[in-house]
Amino acid sequence: MSVVNRASLPNQLDPWKTSTVTVNRLRAHTSGVFSIDLSFEDPDVGKQFEFVPGQFNMLYVPGVGEAAISIAGTNVSGMLQHTIRTVGAVTTAIEKGGVGMSLGLRGPFGRGWPLEPVTNSTAKVSTSTKNDHPKNGDVIIVAGGIGLAPLRSMVEHIGSRRAEYGTVSIVVGARSPGDLLYQDEYEDWRSRKMKVICTVDRASLDWKGQIGVVTLLLERLEISHPSLTTFMTCGPEVMMRYAAKSAINRGIPEAQIYVTLERNMNCAIGLCGHCQLGPNFICKDGPVFRYNSVSALLRVQEL
Amino acid sequence: MPTFSTKSQPVKPVNQQPSMSTSYRIPKSDLQRLIELLRCDGYTVVGPKVEDDAIVYAEIGHIDELPKGFRNSQDPGKYRVEQTGHKNLFEFNVGPHSWKQFLFPPRAMVASGTREANRWTFETPPEQQPKFAFLGVRSCELAAIAIQDRIFLQGSYVDPIYKARRESALIIAINCTVAASTCFCTSMKTGPKCRIGYDLALTELEDGFVIQSETERGRSLLTTLKPDEAIDKDLEEARILEQRAVEQISKQLDTTNIRDLLLGNLEHPRWDEVSTRCLSCTNCTMVCPTCFCSSVSEVVDLTGDSVHRQREWDSCFNLDFSYTANGIVRNDRRSRYRQWLTHKLASWYDQFDSSGCVGCGRCITWCPVGIDLTEEVAAIRQPPSSNRMLPVIALPNATCVLTKETKE
Repeated sequence: MSVVNRASLPNQLDPWKTSTVTVNRLRAHTSGVFSIDLSFEDPDVGKQFEFVPGQFNMLYVPGVGEAAISIAGTNVSGMLQHTIRTVGAVTTAIEKGGVGMSLGLRGPFGRGWPLEPVTNSTAKVSTSTKNDHPKNGDVIIVAGGIGLAPLRSMVEHIGSRRAEYGTVSIVVGARSPGDLLYQDEYEDWRSRKMKVICTVDRASLDWKGQIGVVTLLLERLEISHPSLTTFMTCGPEVMMRYAAKSAINRGIPEAQIYVTLERNMNCAIGLCGHCQLGPNFICKDGPVFRYNSVSALLRVQEL
Repeated sequence: MPTFSTKSQPVKPVNQQPSMSTSYRIPKSDLQRLIELLRCDGYTVVGPKVEDDAIVYAEIGHIDELPKGFRNSQDPGKYRVEQTGHKNLFEFNVGPHSWKQFLFPPRAMVASGTREANRWTFETPPEQQPKFAFLGVRSCELAAIAIQDRIFLQGSYVDPIYKARRESALIIAINCTVAASTCFCTSMKTGPKCRIGYDLALTELEDGFVIQSETERGRSLLTTLKPDEAIDKDLEEARILEQRAVEQISKQLDTTNIRDLLLGNLEHPRWDEVSTRCLSCTNCTMVCPTCFCSSVSEVVDLTGDSVHRQREWDSCFNLDFSYTANGIVRNDRRSRYRQWLTHKLASWYDQFDSSGCVGCGRCITWCPVGIDLTEEVAAIRQPPSSNRMLPVIALPNATCVLTKETKE
């Protein structure tokens, strides 16, 4: 299992080839959200499995169906991790099946988060500033609810090459303090010099953090080099739109703002037609997009 | 129709191998020899045939099975075939079937799973090698096959089922000599003359066929038939007949700037208007020779230990097509019709560098309420203010919804 430093992966010979995986651990979060650790039945398949943070897998419960689930990262022993919200037949079956359940997996699919963001950027920055700055620039991550799952593997990636990045801020929004995902990992992220700030819609009595929408935090966030900052967000579409707007207002170039989108995915390889948004197939052209390539489409209802 | 005598001019004998640039002529009976040759070579020959009051594509063993003497009449929401007693085998236009059903089967197994001791193992089916020879492929259909080639073969992922079928398929095209009122291939620049993408192409004359080859496979079949070289009179007769089809085409679609027109009018009031007529029945997508949407369903045996994953044609007109964990994206017919039309005629250019429409007119004929996409585009070309809400028109002649299952 490894994370690759490439924007997309080469073609698989047979896109329908399904690997057997086993649920090794199931960790319940709150409100019908849980994480699973998966091991490959064939260790060689596991070793060859490479992904880019932000990509997804098709998890398959035979007889029930497949669901597209983003890759949340890997555990200490390199097992693939997924965080899942129980909403449909497939996700319910996985939750019920629990530890020891045998599943099918196809993947990984799609384009992930930008891994060398600023070096690829076209933003006009004076050469001296660019040279003084770590090569991948500053990063702001904004997640709403379970939207933190596909960003967690990006956080892991940054943490593993921390010196290549400048300031890293992670803004997490959730409905209530209990809904904040991966809370036990925030201290570790902070210890690797990543700023983690949280906000909730409804506070509990013991809540000492912020209350309100993530954009309120963004407005107050210190952004010292907007032109060298990459902004990545995942959450409800309306939240991402406001977050992106706020980032633009703070001077972050539009081409450095990335969102990840969700649509129905059936084949995951751009052949079934389900996931279209205008000219895009979310499964292969996304799910991660430059915001300016989809923002006009997101404003049209039911497109 | 002018008549021609074959006696006045001598027929040139063929002394050498047929060449690809030359036109030949064969008697109609040679079509039977061609069918037999192909069958001996292991091909399943598929061609037009009258079944259930429609001209469909099915396996053909003998030229007697072809729709000799049949004509069809087509209008929005209406399709009729009639036996008129003429002697021609191909004097009709495309019906409810297309070659899509053979290259991209309506149902196909993509994977299977077996459970033993609570462990699943998965397999993808071995590559099938069906060998089809398509007899009577129209120019618009050649264009449709070329479009599906881009989707299934030329993208970042190749569909193994389509690939196996497409690579072995042999295509015998036929030039249209008549056109239906729903045809608009001239607007889409896809016909009616077959120009590319076939092994052999025929034009049906009164007493024979003009035949040309475009590939090595086609040429070698021609060699076996030992045809005569076509004489000027044959070519003139073919030209007149092909021109007749061009002249019969009355429907037009103005494609000027069509991508930007449609994508720039996503909130046009015409989408609301068309949604009052559209039944969301999916007929247009089922008969369309380029529509490629599908879904995979689970076929499980009674023990639950053996499961097949079956891919089936699906449609963007189905409500659950856009289902996500956060709800259904396209909840009403307005957004579903808009998705279909803007995909077909606009965003298809972004995705596959061509239109998704070949001008065959099937979606117009087989729409139970006779929605005509050329009229919808014309209405969107009008500024919204002059676009009055049209009354819902009930068509007295509307044919039944196409429910017959397409056969593999």
